[in-house]
Amino acid sequence: MLLAGGQGSRLYALTNNIAKPAVPFGAKYRIIDFPLSNCINSGIDTVGVLTQYQPLVLNEYIGNGQPWDLDRNFGGVHVLSPYQKKAKSAWYEGTANAIYQNLNFIKMYNPEYVLILSGDHIYKMDYSKMLKAHIEKQADCTIAAIEVPLKEASRFGILNTNADDSIYEFEEKPKQPKSTLASMGIYIFTAEKMYKYLEEDEENPDSSKDFGKDVLPTMLKAGERMFAYRFEGYWKDVGTISSLLEANMDLLGEPPAFDVSDGDWKIHSRNPLAPPEYLGEKAVVKNSMLALGSEIYGTVENSVISSNVVVEEGACVKDSVIMSGSVIKRGAAVSYSIIDENVIVDENACIGEDKESAKGIAVLGRNITVGKGAVVKGGDIVDKSIEMEVK
Amino acid sequence: MSAVGVIFSNIHDENVPELSRQRTMGSIPYGGRYRLIDFALSNFVNSGITTVGVITKNNYQSLLDHLGSGKDWDLARKTGGLILLPPFGATNTEGLYRNRLEALKNITGFLNRRNEDYVVLSDCDGVFRMDFSDVVDYHEAKGADITLVCHDEEIDSASGYTAIKADETGRVTDIRINSMLRGKNKFFINVMVLNRSFLIDLINDSVAHGYKSFREDIILKNTKKFKIYAYDFNGYHASIDSLSTYFKHNMELLDKNVRDELFGARDIYTKVRDSAPSKYGSDSHVKNSLISDGCVVEGTVENSILFRGVKIGKGAVIKNSIIMQDTVIGEKVITDCVITDKNVVIRDNRILAGCDVQPYFIPKGTMI
Repeated sequence: MLLAGGQGSRLYALTNNIAKPAVPFGAKYRIIDFPLSNCINSGIDTVGVLTQYQPLVLNEYIGNGQPWDLDRNFGGVHVLSPYQKKAKSAWYEGTANAIYQNLNFIKMYNPEYVLILSGDHIYKMDYSKMLKAHIEKQADCTIAAIEVPLKEASRFGILNTNADDSIYEFEEKPKQPKSTLASMGIYIFTAEKMYKYLEEDEENPDSSKDFGKDVLPTMLKAGERMFAYRFEGYWKDVGTISSLLEANMDLLGEPPAFDVSDGDWKIHSRNPLAPPEYLGEKAVVKNSMLALGSEIYGTVENSVISSNVVVEEGACVKDSVIMSGSVIKRGAAVSYSIIDENVIVDENACIGEDKESAKGIAVLGRNITVGKGAVVKGGDIVDKSIEMEVK
Repeated sequence: MSAVGVIFSNIHDENVPELSRQRTMGSIPYGGRYRLIDFALSNFVNSGITTVGVITKNNYQSLLDHLGSGKDWDLARKTGGLILLPPFGATNTEGLYRNRLEALKNITGFLNRRNEDYVVLSDCDGVFRMDFSDVVDYHEAKGADITLVCHDEEIDSASGYTAIKADETGRVTDIRINSMLRGKNKFFINVMVLNRSFLIDLINDSVAHGYKSFREDIILKNTKKFKIYAYDFNGYHASIDSLSTYFKHNMELLDKNVRDELFGARDIYTKVRDSAPSKYGSDSHVKNSLISDGCVVEGTVENSILFRGVKIGKGAVIKNSIIMQDTVIGEKVITDCVITDKNVVIRDNRILAGCDVQPYFIPKGTMI
């Protein structure tokens, strides 16, 4: 069950019209490609995707699930949005409530175990290994966890464990963390236990109906067997502008911090219908990633460029992410920025500032035009077309 | 307009023996991420013709692998869709065909079962983007028996070509094959439209008369008797009739005008492979080239086309070359006018060169 209803408000203009899991990533992917590919690569072929906030792009993207081999006669991918009920229809009120509202869907498949995922992380993980650990330990709930640096630990839900990785305490964003083992928001439940606790949680008027805050602590208090599953590898929450840019940059270099070209663990996606990218006579492309259909006539350095992007001659893109269909016109300079889909940066416009000296990342929301010679400063977030300031 | 499409995947195999040694003409890789059959298939789909039979004869493993269920062309359908027509497809067929007429004899069962009014026949030797429904409309409006799609082409050698002369109404007045024509002339580009029932009658009649060749025994001998019309296609069209024209026409894709005409509408479909986006190293220099997904470029690439998953090592200089899928080029390799087939490995420091009229070809899977 993939929780994909989040608004992703810390991505600002990038999630004005689309849900966070549908945000483009890594030149040709969307964030949701990673958990979906992990599912199919782990042998999980029945996936419910819970949507709520701005689902159009996400629903359209998932379609019948064919790009992930999830178009099945039995199982496959199903988009689950909130629905009208005979009594008390409601939006999804929290992660636990979202799953609770879809217990009928889960029970239809009569599973022994249920895997809960969130749609805003970039990582490659074999869930079947986690399930194996869950079964071996005869756990009621297993939580995937990763070691994080001590200074960042207070941003996460921290798991305090015994030597056998059984959990004795949860701390939600602790000021003084006792350990550095952070929950990744990936849970495996033994199905019957999950049904029981979700139904109880629903009855509790004081609950905020959240797995991390309510359901898991209640289970622990009741003495259920709860274990941490230690994950080692690349894992990144891309919930903020800076982490999204950082995660894109992690794809660059040889070897990259995160490799999407791993033939044994393919990241599946919908593919752009476009010819190969074209690099012109004066193109300069260094340490960058390009997707099909883009045309580069200018300079691109340390950047991730999606499909059908045009960078005209004399334009320069550095340390940036440009999403599909955008055009960077002659003489424009883009540095340390994220530019959403179908943006036009007109001639000699200047977006963002040098990475070293910028006070933040410049962000241009989708479908806008930045006029000739206009300036967008580092850290600015723009979601409406702008003209050059008249002096 | 209701029409069914038929693609001949093998018919021009002998045009480019180097590339068709282990595959059909239709499955020859082209333009960085396509196969020749993608152009014909996409033309059918984009013209609203969604029942397409693909005739194969031999060497068709790569073709079947490429086509799969047809879903990448939106041709995995309950009604119509992609229909593979291999040899020995029915008990009344005669097995391996030797020419177009015998191939058609083999598929009379398929043609009989359809209910469309027209049949559009297309080969796989052309690279072009065309609305076939315009030809069918033209064919219908003219009340033609056969409509031949023609293109004005400048060719060096007319051997294998069918030159067409038509009057001002479009009616074909003269057809010549293998003539000594030079320069720019109107040629048949191996796409034709016939009434389905007329085609079935033609096939039955030619079987009864023991005819051998569709072009020579039927079209050529009946230029006056049948109502044969020429339809002029004025867009970009590349005929692949040899390794050197294959090379030349691939290189034409480096011209933005050609690319815009073929791919501008972004509706040439092909099998997707879920490759990662391509990566360019800090010391890469790429000029005037097409690079497909999954490539890792660390050297210099100029005036070249790289297919999916190609690796170019540090210090390598690739000029005027076509490097096919999953080829690995080592460090400091130099190539000029080279075509590598799939899965070639060129080890460090090799220097390989051909020339533009005779590119140096390296067969599939070779290690140099």
